[in-house]
Amino acid sequence: MIKIRGLQKSFHDQEVIKNIDLDISPGSVVVIIGPSGSGKSTFLRCLNGLEIPNNGIIEIDGLQLDFSKKVTQKQIIDLRRRTGMVFQNYALFPHLTVIENIIEGLITVKKLPKIEAIKIGEKLLEKVGLLTHKDYYPSQLSGGQEQRVAIARALAMDPKVMLFDEPTSALDPELVNEVLKVMKDLANEGMTMVIVTHEMKFAEEVANEVVFFDEGVIIEHGPPSLIFHNPKKERTKKFLSLIQ
Amino acid sequence: MYLNSIFHNPERLERLINIASSSFVPLLEGAITYTLPLTVITFTIGLVIAFFTALARIFGNRFLRGIAQGYVSIIRGTPLLVQLFIIFYGLPTVGLTISPFPSAIIGFSLNVGAYASEIIRAAILSIPKVQWEAAYSIGMTRSQAIRRIILPQATRVAIPPLSNSFIGLIKDTSLASLILVTEMFRRAQEIAATNYEFLFVYSIAAFIYWVICFIFSIIQGKIEGRLDRFVKTVGGVR
Ligand SMILES: Nc1ncnc2c1ncn2[C@@H]1O[C@H](COP(=O)(O)OP(=O)(O)OP(=O)(O)O)[C@@H](O)[C@H]1O
Ligand SMILES: [Mg+2]
Repeated sequence: MIKIRGLQKSFHDQEVIKNIDLDISPGSVVVIIGPSGSGKSTFLRCLNGLEIPNNGIIEIDGLQLDFSKKVTQKQIIDLRRRTGMVFQNYALFPHLTVIENIIEGLITVKKLPKIEAIKIGEKLLEKVGLLTHKDYYPSQLSGGQEQRVAIARALAMDPKVMLFDEPTSALDPELVNEVLKVMKDLANEGMTMVIVTHEMKFAEEVANEVVFFDEGVIIEHGPPSLIFHNPKKERTKKFLSLIQ
Repeated sequence: MYLNSIFHNPERLERLINIASSSFVPLLEGAITYTLPLTVITFTIGLVIAFFTALARIFGNRFLRGIAQGYVSIIRGTPLLVQLFIIFYGLPTVGLTISPFPSAIIGFSLNVGAYASEIIRAAILSIPKVQWEAAYSIGMTRSQAIRRIILPQATRVAIPPLSNSFIGLIKDTSLASLILVTEMFRRAQEIAATNYEFLFVYSIAAFIYWVICFIFSIIQGKIEGRLDRFVKTVGGVR
């Protein structure tokens, strides 16, 4: 369902993503690991058009963008409407309450009537366990709560794939699990997910596929049992020994 | 010394009380009919100019950016008094005569527009990049992101410095006296010119300015108190 071919992205003269091919089947969970600066965030940001690749093809749910040609703003927005993004620092809208954060896209982008949007929003808040907090402002929440609201905000747009960029890295250790649990539930419901994370235990439990990135290329990828316990490439072994 | 001479001279004391009571009303009238309207009208027009100037400088193409930048540079780089003189005394020599009050409106509005545009621009630029990205990530266009996400946050950032500008403007309107607008300070000058009590009459004018500014600074405090809980988290400060 997601097809990436020859993806390439440079900043100035520095090539950060080098000719990446990857297929992601519906309902699968892909975890991306790799050293700092290897291009994991950039790759994820290319998938929802926050960075515009210099070259390559991204195909999501029947929408194909060929970056060797000029892509239009409308194509980029179509791409974004198929993907949900969860940021490391939550990035909730601080001037809106929890429920307003979640229905903002439904009202402004999808033009749903407010009553309907609130219904959807409340259902999602219940799912992430924060219905009781719907009228709080983000500044009144803990980091873990904020990140769960951020996940609900992305889900509200009904994306085909959820992208997570180190969703638990900014959290205090005791708050990590409440976010991982929400993500696990999502995986069990069959949501397609691409996750950049350093949570190896979570990756091993939840991922169908682990992708090891280094210097903008995929060094190797495969099921977690293979990548974590039986990596083929020297660089993968070295990286895993460093983080364990 | 001054006070001493007054209190040991009953005649002089009586004269000053007479002047105070006869000048207070015209001064207050000047404040209500000219100083305040001039402030409120020019601040409103100025904000509209400032808003579009800020948008042009941040989001405009090269042409719009150039115009906006030139405007801000000229207004900020020249004295307000000189600007007022050009409009009121200068333009008639090329056949464009504008009466005092409209001249003042034009001059002050242009002035507020330039300075407030810098405040609004800084407020918009202070909103962290990830707020834009979060807006884009839920499928918003740039104009939706500006309208729904960036401007509401920027407004909260801009309100404290803008209310300072407003209070500054109240006092700056006294410059309009020099282009013959009969606002409060012009009246003070006229009254003092007849009775030569410059210190006394100008002090009454100063007192009225102070009371007006004091009232507005209380209102300012109330507004900022209300915004407080948002401002804490706006601008990426956590
Ligand atoms: N907007 C940008 N402009 C210039 N260079 C950038 C930009 N964004 C990323 N880079 C560079 O691209 C490279 C890859 O960055 P990226 O953030 O994708 O790495 P990462 O794998 O996510 O690292 P980390 O684990 O530290 O988050 C880095 O060298 C970074 O400096
Ligand atoms: Mg990163």
